Amino acid sequence: MPGAQPVPDSTKGRYDLPAKTAANDTPVIEMRGITKRFLDNVANDQIDFTLHAGEICALLGENGAGKTTLMNVLFGYYSFDEGSISVRGEQVALASPKDAIANGIGMIHQHFTLVPTQTVLENIVIATRDEKRFFLNLKGARKKLLDIQKQFGLYVDPDTRVWTLSIGQQQKVEILKALYRNSSVLIMDEPTAVLAPQETVELFKTLRVLAEEGRSVIFISHKLHEVMEISDRVVVLRNGKVVNQKRTADTDVKELANMMVGREVLERIERQVVEPGEPVLEVNDLNVLNDKGLEAVKNFTLTVRRGEILGIAGVSGNGQTEMCEVLFGVRGAETGTVSVGGQPLRLGHPLSSVRSGLARIPEDRIHMGLLMDMTVEDNLQLENHWTGRFARNGLRKFDEIAANSQTLITDYSIKTDGKDAPAKSLSGGNLQKIILARELSSEPEVVLASQPTRGLDVGATEYIHQRMVEEKVRGAGVVLVSDDLDEVMGLSDRIIVMYEGEIMGEVAGSGADREQIGLWMTGVKS
Amino acid sequence: MIRIQLVKRTPLTGWYRVLVPLLAVVTTLVLSAIPILIAGGNLWQSYYYLFYGALGTRFNLLETFVKASPLIFTGLAVAFAFRAKFWNIGAEGQLLAGAIVATWIGMAGGSAPAIVLLPSIMIGGFLAGGAWAAVPALLKTKLNVDDVVSTLLLNFVILHIMGALLFGPMQKTGASWPISEEIVEAARYPILLARSRFHLGIPLAFAAVLVIWFINSKTVFGFRSRAVGVNIHAARYGGINTTSVILKTALISGGLAGLAGVGEVAAIQYHLLSDLSPGYGYTGIVIAMLGNLHPVGVGLAAIFFSIINVGSQTMSRMTGVPSYISGVIEGMALIVMLIFLLMNEYKVRVVRK
Amino acid sequence: MIGEILSVTFITGLIGAMMRMATPIIFAMLGEIITERAGVLNLGIEGIMLMGAMTGFLVTLSTGSLWTGVFAAALVGMVFALIMAVLVVYLGLSQHVSGLGITLFATGLAMFIYRLYFGSPTVPPIVKPFSRIEIPLLSKIPILGQGLFHHYSLTYIAVLLIPAVAILLYKTKVGLKIRTVGENPFAADTVGVNVNLTRTLCLVAGGALMGIGGAFLTLAHQNMFLLDVIGGRGWVAVAMVIFGNWDPVKGAIGALLFGLVDGLQLRLQGLGLHVSFDIFLMIPYVITIIALIGVSRRASVPAALLQPYRREDKGG
Repeated sequence: MPGAQPVPDSTKGRYDLPAKTAANDTPVIEMRGITKRFLDNVANDQIDFTLHAGEICALLGENGAGKTTLMNVLFGYYSFDEGSISVRGEQVALASPKDAIANGIGMIHQHFTLVPTQTVLENIVIATRDEKRFFLNLKGARKKLLDIQKQFGLYVDPDTRVWTLSIGQQQKVEILKALYRNSSVLIMDEPTAVLAPQETVELFKTLRVLAEEGRSVIFISHKLHEVMEISDRVVVLRNGKVVNQKRTADTDVKELANMMVGREVLERIERQVVEPGEPVLEVNDLNVLNDKGLEAVKNFTLTVRRGEILGIAGVSGNGQTEMCEVLFGVRGAETGTVSVGGQPLRLGHPLSSVRSGLARIPEDRIHMGLLMDMTVEDNLQLENHWTGRFARNGLRKFDEIAANSQTLITDYSIKTDGKDAPAKSLSGGNLQKIILARELSSEPEVVLASQPTRGLDVGATEYIHQRMVEEKVRGAGVVLVSDDLDEVMGLSDRIIVMYEGEIMGEVAGSGADREQIGLWMTGVKS
Repeated sequence: MIRIQLVKRTPLTGWYRVLVPLLAVVTTLVLSAIPILIAGGNLWQSYYYLFYGALGTRFNLLETFVKASPLIFTGLAVAFAFRAKFWNIGAEGQLLAGAIVATWIGMAGGSAPAIVLLPSIMIGGFLAGGAWAAVPALLKTKLNVDDVVSTLLLNFVILHIMGALLFGPMQKTGASWPISEEIVEAARYPILLARSRFHLGIPLAFAAVLVIWFINSKTVFGFRSRAVGVNIHAARYGGINTTSVILKTALISGGLAGLAGVGEVAAIQYHLLSDLSPGYGYTGIVIAMLGNLHPVGVGLAAIFFSIINVGSQTMSRMTGVPSYISGVIEGMALIVMLIFLLMNEYKVRVVRK
Repeated sequence: MIGEILSVTFITGLIGAMMRMATPIIFAMLGEIITERAGVLNLGIEGIMLMGAMTGFLVTLSTGSLWTGVFAAALVGMVFALIMAVLVVYLGLSQHVSGLGITLFATGLAMFIYRLYFGSPTVPPIVKPFSRIEIPLLSKIPILGQGLFHHYSLTYIAVLLIPAVAILLYKTKVGLKIRTVGENPFAADTVGVNVNLTRTLCLVAGGALMGIGGAFLTLAHQNMFLLDVIGGRGWVAVAMVIFGNWDPVKGAIGALLFGLVDGLQLRLQGLGLHVSFDIFLMIPYVITIIALIGVSRRASVPAALLQPYRREDKGG
């Protein structure tokens, strides 16, 4: 019965689902052959996905595997290029979230869709469309909300302004919002990413109550033990495709980890053994907060020697970004010191990092590392335009600059229409080469590369790997931060694993146990 | 159902960047036919007198340059600020700040020679405009105050400060309306061409075009201000002191606008009065946009606007089309230019569902 | 002189002047609040008011009906707001520059059309303006009565609109949707609110109020159209929105204070006191700039102000 809203049974004061139809085994959701393309990449490739009533289904995959895109398609937020979607056996057109909501589908995004300045009640009431009244019926809404809170044990004061709530409470508001419109399918995108452990336990209780009521939950995650704990069934996505699906009872963490990250290694990197030299990067007891003021990096201590590549593995969002930002100079730290080549860095002061002999290859190259509306040459000049080599008395030495640009473009084989082409006309791989050229040409003592091959094609990836190895052989200390485990294992002399801002463990690069690392990545200590 | 979507595309570069403003000007001139026709003007006659009135005689041609001078200064002021994404809507106020200080120096000049007074009023006016622009720049960098609104509001603050001065300490003895004493002869810009008002401020404006072009393209500072404008996060990441860049940008931007005010006092009016500027500062915003924020483009756009302004007077006399059509054309030019710039970044896609 | 200032007539007159001077600002400010609450800064306000003033005057002069003039002013305000909507809501252009563009265009057009119709007459054409209405009983209250309850109907409407807009924003479903669109358009979209349509409608409604605010100046406050009739009142309205923390009631208090200073100046000049009130008139702007400090950290500024909303920004 798409389009119709379930009617609350006022005699019981409960908000139940419509009576189950005779065809009880009809899947609630059936997505067939869904393909979604963005400008130049396929985010979802011929995906089939079904969901049954009362089921908690986990959608497992690495970042960028296409989980969120698929769910945004189901939520009507994205249009899709091929395929069809049926809700309770009837094909539906989901052109906007409005249509998805009318079909009982609710989605809780990773970034909450709440208005911080409004009250809990206001945030929830906006979701309703059943009443044709002009004025807000806050009294009636409050009564209905309190009933739902009682039914599901989700207590949040309706009159509190949302910005005063903790993240965990805000998530409750999001769930209440979906329940208020009587969603029978609840999509939760990485719901535990922002939660404390106790809050996660609470959330799982709620999800189980919902499932017992006959509602269905889609649980998007990359945390294996949580998937094992909460789901009935696991669907694993990789590179926009479904690689496998299993009943949770029939699988285990190791198998899931394999399915999620274990792709065949395409390239064989020649491992070059160099005798490590003296320590060149020392990070001591670093504690860092993220933008939300939560602890992102905890008691982080690290030593890197000349002539070695230290790989930092871990699922994205476990503090790697913040740790790198501190070393890059764009984020301050609560406590801790960093020294490069024996000289301390002034934390939170980018110029100090620039001058320290640290090559910086940032994770977000487009927004942080590059000036997309300026030329290739300008980008090559970003960090040293003021040096005596390229400027005198405030005037730039264009002959010198041009010669240098030409040399770098040739040396790093940057494919461009010339040094004066705008950066945004270059491909991702060549953009990364601009950064490499800028950073490595000064023979740095330390190279810090954060997700250096993310989103790049195989050729560019191999080039960058080769460069990393060359830097190591030259005698630099190299730090490689990546959520691609193959990359880390293929290049590193030593590997540490970060989970929730802490170092879970360290292993030698050659002969490292992939399963062990996979477990550390998902927070399993052993 | 048909939906219209904007889809990002690779912007055209090189010569197209020059073509965009040219196309905008042509389109605007074509669109101007609508108000001309509504006003009952003969189309070809109107266009003829528009250009004849601005360029057809020696006097009119020089007058076009006279009117272009303040527009070049305010256009440069806005373009220089916008380039670093300092949204200076306050060129009008900075112009007045420059004019007030120039008048004050010019009134107090006594018997000092021109060689002293002329540099004094220029430097004084430049600094006054710069200081007035530094206020919102400081508010932006230190206190996170939106620069658009603060620069706009400061225009009215300085307007009232000027009003208070013109009714108070600067008021001409015996006058009952807001007007100052005249500045001394030695403080006035010399007229460079006989039988005209072609004054020192005009070559000065063109010199400013060159100087700004030089700063933008040849200096370390020019590189930094552009980097800040393009991506302030990347600029900071690259080790650039973004606060200092924005402040210096504001000083130069405000200074340029201040020089526009100096010119109006020292070459046109010879005293300060409340309607010194017919909105040169606001027109400067349109000119900056039309000139694509490039100093040479600004110079050309300012001359174009001056042609429209001066020419519309003749057109009005000869065809009866009100001279206020110049305001309509200017407003249209900005909107057309905005849309053309957008079309350089996006293409329109029609989706049938 | 002091005696005259403290006289009952003076105070009554001052209150009346305050209400009159505040009326156009209240209209425009409420229009701007509705617009900004939906996430759009409309700097076209000054030009839209001038177009409203001109259109209202012109239509009244040719039809002889004041209310037709007011209606036409509202209509022309809506048209210009619609142009603004195309530029900033659908094309996603900079709200700052587009708004200024609208102001420049509308200002030029208003002057152009006026000249087209009237040329440059030595005696400017005039209309028979609105007359003031005395509210029975209330207007008999000593001192205050004549000041507060002897006004143009547009002034009463402006005053009544203050609570009306407040109720619309805070007590109705439409208001909640507007506020959500201005705070978090993504959130609004995910609950099925059409973000761009909401923004367009708010712009249009706001434009109507701005147009009426302009018409008040030519049809009630004065009886003729002068080129500087708005005189920066649109910018004052933008300032009052910030001063009043995007709240209709607080914004109206600001507008009344502004009206008081403006009225005081007029009254004192009427007494033959020739002093400059520029320092007074400067105060509201300075206070607003001070109010801007830390405004980005305050909760009251609509969080999505100035940001265009596009759903599928990754391309497609």
